[in-house]
Amino acid sequence: MRRVLALALLLAGCGATPAATTGGGEITVFAAASLTGSFTELGERFEAAHPGAKVRFNFAGSSALAQQINQGAPADVFASAAPANMKQVTDTGAVTETPVTFARNTLQIAVPKGNPAGITGLGDFAKADLKIALCAEQVPCGAAAKKVFEAANVTAAPDTLEQDVKAALTKVALGEVDAALVYRTDVRANDKVDGLDFAEAGQVVNDYPIATVAKAPNPATARAFVGFVLSAEGREVLTAAGFAAP
Amino acid sequence: MTLHAELRVRRGGFDLGVDLGVERGEVVALLGPNGAGKTTALRALAGLTPGGRVTCDGSAWDGLPAERRPVGVVFQDYLLFAHMSVLDNVAFGPRARGTRKAEANARALDHLRQVGLEDFAKAKPRTLSGGQAQRVALARALATSPELLLLDEPLAALDASTRLRVRSELARHLRTYEGHTLLVTHDPLDAMVLADRIVILEGGRAVQEGAPREVVRQPRTDYVAHLVGLNFYRGTAHSTEVRLDDGGTLTVAEPADGPVHVVFPPSAVSLYQEKPAGSPRNTWPVTVSGIEQHAHTTRVDLDGSPAVLADVTTATVAELRLQPGDELWASLKATEIHTYPR
Amino acid sequence: MRQRLPVVLVLPALAGLAFLLVPLIGLLVEAPWTTLPSQLVSAEVGEALKLSLVCASLATVVCLVLGVPLAWLLARGDLPGTGVVRALVTVPLVLPPVVGGVALLLVLGRRGLVGQHLDAWFGVSLPFTTAGVVVAEAFVAMPFLVISVEGALRAADRRYEEAAATLGASRWLTFRRVTLPGVLPGVVAGTVLCWARALGEFGATITFAGNFPGTTTTMPLAVYLALETDPDAAIVLSVVLLLVSVAVLAGLRDRWIRA
Repeated sequence: MRRVLALALLLAGCGATPAATTGGGEITVFAAASLTGSFTELGERFEAAHPGAKVRFNFAGSSALAQQINQGAPADVFASAAPANMKQVTDTGAVTETPVTFARNTLQIAVPKGNPAGITGLGDFAKADLKIALCAEQVPCGAAAKKVFEAANVTAAPDTLEQDVKAALTKVALGEVDAALVYRTDVRANDKVDGLDFAEAGQVVNDYPIATVAKAPNPATARAFVGFVLSAEGREVLTAAGFAAP
Repeated sequence: MTLHAELRVRRGGFDLGVDLGVERGEVVALLGPNGAGKTTALRALAGLTPGGRVTCDGSAWDGLPAERRPVGVVFQDYLLFAHMSVLDNVAFGPRARGTRKAEANARALDHLRQVGLEDFAKAKPRTLSGGQAQRVALARALATSPELLLLDEPLAALDASTRLRVRSELARHLRTYEGHTLLVTHDPLDAMVLADRIVILEGGRAVQEGAPREVVRQPRTDYVAHLVGLNFYRGTAHSTEVRLDDGGTLTVAEPADGPVHVVFPPSAVSLYQEKPAGSPRNTWPVTVSGIEQHAHTTRVDLDGSPAVLADVTTATVAELRLQPGDELWASLKATEIHTYPR
Repeated sequence: MRQRLPVVLVLPALAGLAFLLVPLIGLLVEAPWTTLPSQLVSAEVGEALKLSLVCASLATVVCLVLGVPLAWLLARGDLPGTGVVRALVTVPLVLPPVVGGVALLLVLGRRGLVGQHLDAWFGVSLPFTTAGVVVAEAFVAMPFLVISVEGALRAADRRYEEAAATLGASRWLTFRRVTLPGVLPGVVAGTVLCWARALGEFGATITFAGNFPGTTTTMPLAVYLALETDPDAAIVLSVVLLLVSVAVLAGLRDRWIRA
């Protein structure tokens, strides 16, 4: 039944440019954890605009998602927080189309509400007497932080290298560290931390690529969802969450 | 020089109330059926179960926990510490009471020597025979030089072949011990051989007390009479006639008056197919209700007035061709019957 | 003649064994064995492995020192509310470890209920330190020890303790010389479980103690982070952890349990 429906949709989409009007049935979107808030809202809006469509999400770290897709997980769409993780799936052929950058994220200094340690800029990250959290180099926010410190010529003295942005942010929110370097969107989503801009942030921009998966169970709706993310309405939601336009 | 105990323990539906006195050097056996409260009494004396008052040579033990009472206990299955050597088991008490290690070991070795087990000092308890384990348990209990030695069924865990030998050894050790000894047992033979005095405990109360010979000759309850193997009745004597409470009348040789206990051994009863003519004063009809083969005799359970146990020889069994339900005549000489006031 | 084993037991038993072993075999088959030697001698792996072993062992010591008396109290205390306390002791078992880590931060963190005083009075701050790793591992692993030892204590014959009391032993001496040796197999089993759990601890450790090489990066943390970029390396690290823990446990088993 579902295959018949998918085929019908595919035929319906044939000959016409994929538009917001096409798409139905259920799709599964694998999205980076940092997209949890904005993509949940995008999903609701997409379902409202496409009666009959249902969007399910699998939010996790981009590398974990890439591995799941490579192992044959039934994903329709992959939205990664880093081009490197997208490359992991294009390299294996799990994704054959060219990914499109749909959002950009930059780093911001996160400090506990009220900035008790009086952090002023990136230079404070070199002070040994301050408690500093960074992301581990193996995860995207850590890789980005490393480039920022290189650009600013600062030797950071972190006390901990967290496994992801959320963990780093938790340490800030609980006041266990005086500062952490995380994404702007994460600061925006957490009301227990304040964000401080710094000059070098613009030098390291993190691109978020999106693509439909080659073996997507529901390719028509998948393409419709990707189109919706790239639309003006999609941009509006992403901007509200703190993402910059590509 | 006396140990006095007024033991009062109430536990669930069970109520123990018994007063005991033990002289220095005396061995008292607490004899009774299962559930009579023997072990509860022992635990109360040791301070393992609260209840009652104990004074020993004028000093009160009330409220003292077990570890501060001058008591040594030989438990039923000995409870030797399996992970320690025999020597460490025996030295444990002196060590716990503050003796230095070398001295405690020397004392432990001395106690092991007294029970003939010094060669087993380094052995683990599990390598010992039952009799050896019992002697180690005794040495362990005595190593703290207790005022009161308590033995809980000390021979119950042994098989019949070793029990006889271990019992006589234990009797020898108890004779040399100078403190107060209380022995708990359900085996009358243990009590008779080991104790200077027996206290019979039934339902949490002392029902009879006396020297072993006295208890054997003059039981005061069915339980004791059964233990010592006597026919036992309550009755009222009028000169040489005793009217029994449960029916029947016996003629006795010694005249008496008033309420009496009546006992005679089953071996004093003879059985006949026809009513015997001649000297015996007591003959009455009986019906065989049970037959039990013992080592050299056969014990016959007889209904009648009174009901009676009779021990007959195997030859008699063959001659009479005894079967349950057989109707016979019982005969008993008046001189075999012993009466004593209730 | 050996008796025939009943099939209704043997089949599920073999299935259970396969269920436990096949994933491990998968790990061993997939492991890039050629890189194993170089990984083993690499400084980071050596550091993480040493830290793991040291922290798990220290956490086990902490668990023994605190957990055995706690088990004794639960089994022998005869105190009111023991049932509730027993249930509470097992909470770290059901709590997701990450939540346990957050809970530890809320209490022992720099601004935690207790931690703020430790920081203000003694200048002691547990998060991001090796001591913090030990605390997190002990928190998660202690229930395993407490439950094993308490079970052994409950099964033990209390009359031996009474025998010790009649010999004049205080409760402390009785506990040391009679009770504890009597439940030694249970204590060893609990210690092994506790150590193994501490060795594999990830969630509470990374949440409470953070992750910094040489200070708080234990093997499970290193494995997790390696998985982000280099799954092969992650497998190698896992195999190393697996082999070392099996070697240690097998060694202990021979030494303790046979004695």
